[in-house]
Amino acid sequence: MKHETIEKSAGLLGVLTAVAISIGGLAEIVPLMMSRESVEPTPGVLPYTAEQLEGRDIYVREGCYVCHSQMIRPFRAETERYGHYSLAGEAVYDRPFQFGSKRTGPDLARVGKRYSDEWHRAHLVNPRDLVPESNMPGFPWLTAAQVDASLTPLKMQRLRAIGVPYTDEDIAGASARVEGKTEMDVLVAYLQGLGTAVRGR
Amino acid sequence: MSGFWNAYIWLLTLGTLGGCLWLLQAMTTKRKQPGPVEDTTGHSWDGDLEEFNNPLPRWWLTLFWITGIFMIVYLVIYPGLGNFAGVMGWNQVSQYEAERAAAEERYGDVFAAFAARPVAELATDPDALRVGRNLFLNNCAGCHGSDGGGARGYPNLTDGAWLYGGSPETIVQTITYGRNGVMPALGAALGEGGIDEVIAYLRALPRLQAAAPAGTASTAQTLTAPETAGQQKFQTFCIACHGMDAHGNQALGAPNLTDNDWLHGRTDADIRSVILDGRANHMPAHEELLTPDRIHVLAAYVLSLAAEGGS
Repeated sequence: MKHETIEKSAGLLGVLTAVAISIGGLAEIVPLMMSRESVEPTPGVLPYTAEQLEGRDIYVREGCYVCHSQMIRPFRAETERYGHYSLAGEAVYDRPFQFGSKRTGPDLARVGKRYSDEWHRAHLVNPRDLVPESNMPGFPWLTAAQVDASLTPLKMQRLRAIGVPYTDEDIAGASARVEGKTEMDVLVAYLQGLGTAVRGR
Repeated sequence: MSGFWNAYIWLLTLGTLGGCLWLLQAMTTKRKQPGPVEDTTGHSWDGDLEEFNNPLPRWWLTLFWITGIFMIVYLVIYPGLGNFAGVMGWNQVSQYEAERAAAEERYGDVFAAFAARPVAELATDPDALRVGRNLFLNNCAGCHGSDGGGARGYPNLTDGAWLYGGSPETIVQTITYGRNGVMPALGAALGEGGIDEVIAYLRALPRLQAAAPAGTASTAQTLTAPETAGQQKFQTFCIACHGMDAHGNQALGAPNLTDNDWLHGRTDADIRSVILDGRANHMPAHEELLTPDRIHVLAAYVLSLAAEGGS
């Protein structure tokens, strides 16, 4: 086949281009979707509770991922500060994952239980009350805004449809668990659960 | 990885590699000969503007072949083909372990030397304090501040006032196992007026301290009526933790209320809020995060902060 044949037929060129650029993904991504260590949860990793799930949505809505990564790479410089490097099996219930790619603030993959709930509340309202050098914006409105509990069961049903093992009881009790909670409450619940399944360095 | 996916990756990777090299070979035309060029694309613009169909320059072509050779060498050395680990056996976890081992070799002796000396001695050693400061900034500064000055609700480590005690052993214990300080909510028990009276009594404490040495009784005659009422309520609700003389109790982490050092704020409104709602302060445990020899050096740094602030 002469290259003129491909170059002069836009349709064939498009198809062959698509094939060529798919091969990398087919070789690197598709086998991972079938590999046990990347699709099965690390021991101790559980699906998000109703509060954590709502908190995660606040995390995404407020764009926390823009400045905070959730991915500790296997380098000593990272694990000395943040703890054990991140494992694929820790992100199996993250849809989509919050790995991020920018660290204006510190990595949050293992921030769970590193600070008290009260610390997170005060810090999220005005970070400079606790860390004078901080350039993180405050999120004071989270303490006033109520979570819409009516949507929580629906979110959990959708996640179950794509493989998160929520039980009927989890979904039935979801609204009650977040009813009356503020966005601050659920965001702190989410943060306090991050990375706690794996401890140590 | 199962046999199927292993074979799938081998096939795709080697197929692509072979395909690239075949394409390179198949599209290579013979070297350009000197003399007038005959081969054009057949396009013609503006009457006489034509496009040569020359072969790729040789240096450029050679670069393509070099990338092909690089691919082969890479796939032999590094893990790229399914379950094949590469002849060097490299992987990122073993690279990380090697990095840790190298650091342990380099710093292990340093920390071992520090660990052999008492915390109080390290607290005046500039080398130990430099290491301790790095540990402090990474692990403690979020709550206690980069200067150790603390924040509202998070103890100042430079003022020499210790909730749980400032001996080296206690500091090591606090860092290792964490602390949970609980002040119960007493709003319902005291009532609105009761809180005011207790605050009035707390405000009178420095005056009483000045008038009579701590621990001695019968100070009632110097108190106003609300202060006396507050003292009675204090003796009912507060002394179990804060003590008869309000000097606190380091076994419980109950603060000294006579020293004008207010963890949760010094105004009446701040103190009212603490009594009304209570407080649950939590210092996280670091035994899973820091090794004992690092905690040893960190404790020395914390001790030096207090010595610095107190002097």
